[in-house]
Amino acid sequence: MTTLPDRRGYFGEFGGRYVPETLMAALDEFESAYRKLRRDRSFRRELDDILKNYVGRPTPLSEALRFAELCGSFRLFLKREDLNHTGAHKINNALGQALIARRMGKHRIIAETGAGQHGVATATACALLGLQCVVYMGEVDMARQELNVFRMRLLGAEVVPVSSGSRTLKDAINEAIRDWVTNVRTTHYILGSVLGPHPYPMVVRDFQSVIGREALAQLRKRTGGLPDAAVACVGGGSNSIGLFYEMLKHKSIRLIGVEAGGRGPNLGEHAARFSGGAVGVLHGTRSMVLQDEFGQIAETHSISAGLDYPSIGPEHAELQRTGRVEYYNCSDDLALEAFHKLSETEGIIPALESAHALGWLLRNGGSLKGVVVVNLSGRGDKDVPTVAGMRDEG
Amino acid sequence: MRDEKASQPSSLSPHPSSRLKRLFSQLRRERRCGFIAYVTCGDPDRDTTVRIVEELERAGTDAVELGIPFSDPIADGPVIQAASQRALKRGTTIRDVFAIARAVRDRSDVPLIAFSYLNPVIRYSAERFAEEAEGAGIDSVLLTDLPVEAAPEVRGALRAHRVGGVFLLAPTSTDARIKAVNRASDDFIYYVSTTGVTGARKELDPALLSRLDEVRRKVTKPLAVGFGISEHAHYEALRGRCDAVVVGSAIVGAIADGAAAGAPARAAAVVRGILDKPPAAP
Repeated sequence: MTTLPDRRGYFGEFGGRYVPETLMAALDEFESAYRKLRRDRSFRRELDDILKNYVGRPTPLSEALRFAELCGSFRLFLKREDLNHTGAHKINNALGQALIARRMGKHRIIAETGAGQHGVATATACALLGLQCVVYMGEVDMARQELNVFRMRLLGAEVVPVSSGSRTLKDAINEAIRDWVTNVRTTHYILGSVLGPHPYPMVVRDFQSVIGREALAQLRKRTGGLPDAAVACVGGGSNSIGLFYEMLKHKSIRLIGVEAGGRGPNLGEHAARFSGGAVGVLHGTRSMVLQDEFGQIAETHSISAGLDYPSIGPEHAELQRTGRVEYYNCSDDLALEAFHKLSETEGIIPALESAHALGWLLRNGGSLKGVVVVNLSGRGDKDVPTVAGMRDEG
Repeated sequence: MRDEKASQPSSLSPHPSSRLKRLFSQLRRERRCGFIAYVTCGDPDRDTTVRIVEELERAGTDAVELGIPFSDPIADGPVIQAASQRALKRGTTIRDVFAIARAVRDRSDVPLIAFSYLNPVIRYSAERFAEEAEGAGIDSVLLTDLPVEAAPEVRGALRAHRVGGVFLLAPTSTDARIKAVNRASDDFIYYVSTTGVTGARKELDPALLSRLDEVRRKVTKPLAVGFGISEHAHYEALRGRCDAVVVGSAIVGAIADGAAAGAPARAAAVVRGILDKPPAAP
């Protein structure tokens, strides 16, 4: 098992902690609380109980026979994170961090959200645990994920519209960090992906690694062995690292991350950090960042709000450098095609985010053999209005 | 003329940050609390920024922070965010900031501190940044998202070009961090007055004065206090407790509050108001 990050929070040259001085003490406090609690029996029992009896874990592993036929000649299994309570993998991390926050005595929670899934998950965790919840969301994302805005408000969260910059996930994180700098003594920031300053990339990964752990056990039972490949979409990278983490040590498993190819290869048209980005520091961590020659962060585009982000988790940057994980991208159009195809052939409407992993398989599955597992990270109900709107226009 | 300077052996040119050293020892001699002004470079435009700095000096500013606009300024409140956006929209780059610094340096010895975030610097390359900063007469650099632990990433380049580094302390800083920042800061320490982002505030943080006394006992370097300072009463409360105050949003807000032609005068009026100095004769 990999022992990254190192003590200072680096995955090779990526990661670290680049934040205003005001937050440094809070990050230390969070890290030491986490390191203590992850070995604490009562904490783990509490989390396991909630994951089982509230979230509905373990999530099923569904074989997708008809969709697999469209892709190539392999057995395809979907890890059904869409069947978690709240409809995506985000709840695994939101609940874990909310439990830590409560034990740290912090009763005000803030979060950012792009597609709204992390916001809904955090609002849910806060409702369950009796914590105050404020969610920052870009105005563009609020418009395209209206249903999730309504859900968060139903759950008792305050949703704060962010009107600065590109008015998407990046700007929501800026605003959440500004809130945290201001209210750091009473507030815990539940970051939703494997991003941000140390220890977030480690903590979020650890809470999401349940996905791959379950998948490996389920696959062993169903197929008698390890999968040949695992595929997941990569925005910040939490669902993919969640699937991959326990598989890293099994060198025979091909690991494939799929970024948002958007509508073209030019800066501003996509969120493919590995083909268009350069090393940079954004939101507290060093990673691959889409930016101009002067270090100004680029705007991004993706049909899916959850992948629409100019940086990528630092552990992914290191896994790409070492070659352990391969990264490709999938265009808006191909993701949309997969969105429809999975719905029609399997009776499962995937999140547009997850549809990127499926889209890559539709086009590139010919090269795969044996057993393939895809993380179906979320359900697509939230995206139905977006897709319906496109049909109307088209 | 700059070529001449560059061709001299480096050991003959003075340590650039000696301007800041001189300033702080002069302030202590005079028992005066210094005034450091922040401006976002390129807002409203490059030439106006140069004129603003000149007027700020005339109004009693002792040192100037030249803000390099960044697209995602997480430590800044709405006023400086908006100024950064305007400056970037006009196409302001790090090169314009160096050009502004050179123009100021051609006529003045006022200490200049480049103020930004880490990404624009490492993207430009710390080495090239330090070299050009030295050439432009910049004395020191402050990067708000570069904590003291990560200082080595730029320190070598800055030292090689005799540009200083300033680090921040906050109300939440532990004793160990206070020690490390005191060691790492070359010219002075920037103390953040309150937990929060930049922006003018009506009142100082009620815990500030006692906390400041406590921090002051633990450091040996000069201490400048910033964030929220916008009124004469704030200056009065802080003088005698720190070596300088830093005023940003109040000045940047005044610059934006009207036509570009009047921006230098409006900025200067903020400085005079806080120092409570009568306006210069017309």
